[in-house]
Amino acid sequence: MVNVLINAPKTAKRGSIVEIKALILHPMETGFRPGANGRIIPRNIIERFTATWNGTGIFDMEMSPAIAANPFVSFFAVANESGTIGLRWTGDEGFVVEERIGIAVE
Amino acid sequence: MDRRRFLAGAAVATMVTTVLPCGPASATPEAMAAAIAKVVGNAPVREGRVSLDLPPLVENGNTVPLVVSVESPMTEADYIKAIHVFNEKNPQPDVFSVRLGPRNGRAVVGTRIKLGDSQKIVAIAETSGGQFWSASADVIVTLAACLEEAT
Amino acid sequence: MTFVRGVLCLVIVLASSWAVAQGTADKGGADTRRSGYQDMGEALQKMQADDTANPGMLFVQLGGQLWGKAAGAAGKSCADCHGGVASMKGVAARYPAIPKGSDSPVDLEGRIDLCRTANQQADRLPSGSRELLALEAYVAHQSRGLPVSPPDDPRLAPFRAHGKDLWQARQGQLNLSCANCHDDNAGRKLAGVTIPQAHPTGYPIYRLEWQTLGSLKRRLRNCLVGIRAEPYAYDAPDYVMLELFLMDRARGMPLESPAVRP
Ligand code: HEC
Ligand code: HEC
Repeated sequence: MVNVLINAPKTAKRGSIVEIKALILHPMETGFRPGANGRIIPRNIIERFTATWNGTGIFDMEMSPAIAANPFVSFFAVANESGTIGLRWTGDEGFVVEERIGIAVE
Repeated sequence: MDRRRFLAGAAVATMVTTVLPCGPASATPEAMAAAIAKVVGNAPVREGRVSLDLPPLVENGNTVPLVVSVESPMTEADYIKAIHVFNEKNPQPDVFSVRLGPRNGRAVVGTRIKLGDSQKIVAIAETSGGQFWSASADVIVTLAACLEEAT
Repeated sequence: MTFVRGVLCLVIVLASSWAVAQGTADKGGADTRRSGYQDMGEALQKMQADDTANPGMLFVQLGGQLWGKAAGAAGKSCADCHGGVASMKGVAARYPAIPKGSDSPVDLEGRIDLCRTANQQADRLPSGSRELLALEAYVAHQSRGLPVSPPDDPRLAPFRAHGKDLWQARQGQLNLSCANCHDDNAGRKLAGVTIPQAHPTGYPIYRLEWQTLGSLKRRLRNCLVGIRAEPYAYDAPDYVMLELFLMDRARGMPLESPAVRP
């Protein structure tokens, strides 16, 4: 099941700046909250979110438990060539999600 | 104001008082200062160039939209290489850090954060030349009235 | 500490209920009904209005994936019988309703449950499960912007009347009725929170307090717990009856699903 919503333009003028927005389903459990049984619910967060453009790193975010559940991130990138934007989320309990979208630059 | 309404008001207030959650131990202004020192070292941090966009009054601290924008040409010669956000009262002072470069075109990042209580938020930007700029905002968090049953 | 804060709250609430003149709907004039959307600050309104930022849309997308997935002994997907989801346009606006061959109303969740058990011959999806909420959000999203239009079915009247009785009955340790807050004190602050008029136009909603999508039933349970009443059992018909009353009260207001609420 795809649990990610990515929004970026499908086409862009060369040299223009595009906005990339991404939402992902994730509880971002802080590790500070007691559960129903009174015991602390173990931490389960996304620790890192990175973006590449045709393989080159363009954005790297380190998250903490203070990032809201179902994390939303928006950032910008210069559209210099057509190709693939890759997004990757990694975190506790072996969490890894990778998504790619295409962008045509003319 | 008649007596009945007064009593209803009191009952409503009781409802609020009974559901106030108590949070875990929290970071302190000192912890935040220490976390900031870890990032900037001994370099001076100047106010300016950074703007920190948060709603002044937060209706629920679980999801608070935040945008940090930094003035910068974002060229190879002069760009923002990192943005760090800290808070003073959550259990940990670090909120997030991002690494940026000229490929971003604009030094702007948006996300959503959790705030357990009203507090100060600080954003610090690091330029490619190694300078630090900052902005801070005071946020007021209201607590939800009707919460979940404890199951 | 909490105690001190509690006392402060008490003082603030009393002071404000003293100061604010009673301002409820003017009878027989303009439509003074407001969606909870209008009581939210600009930041949350923007979060709801922008589909690329509304976290409820994650669940709508998930619902879209489930819509095409075969399930149960019948081996059929929702799409096998209903085709494209466009066939669901307007459906959420007229629930709760009485399904064919039955004599009591079900809400949208209950209707999907019927299809799941009778038509797909699959196990029930638990109330509040991510799958059921996602399907509900996917169906309800098709009615976004459409006016709430309860069906003209005279058989619904007694159920709706019972819902109205529930709305007006004082209950719980705080001895408050829904109407005490949502009719008599809507628009006032309850320790910083604006009391909404309680229109069910956004469901399922992404509630920040829950940090996830949730149903109207869950929202109603929260208010029952808030007044320290025992919430009705999960499968009690009372929820559907309250929903019938609330949808009638919101007749004509636009649906917003998936709405965002604090
Ligand atoms: C085997 C065929 C079949 C399958 C599979 C099926 N349905 Fe249905 N569905 C029906 C029939 C028949 C009706 C009743 C139409 C009527 O009452 O006129 C119905 C009615 C509905 C309605 C109410 C429509 C209205 O206009 O009131 C909804 C909502 C609905 N289905 C959702 C779903 C969902 C969601 C799924 C997948 C989980 C699903 N259905 C799977 C046959 C099916
Ligand atoms: C003490 C006041 C109070 C009482 C009594 C009360 N509520 Fe609420 N209700 C609230 C508040 C405050 C909210 C706004 C959300 C929050 O808790 O932060 C709310 C929210 C709601 C909503 C959500 C509206 C939206 O925009 O989505 C509904 C529906 C609702 N209540 C129904 C009910 C029903 C039904 C009852 C009776 C069983 C009831 N409430 C009793 C205070 C009350």
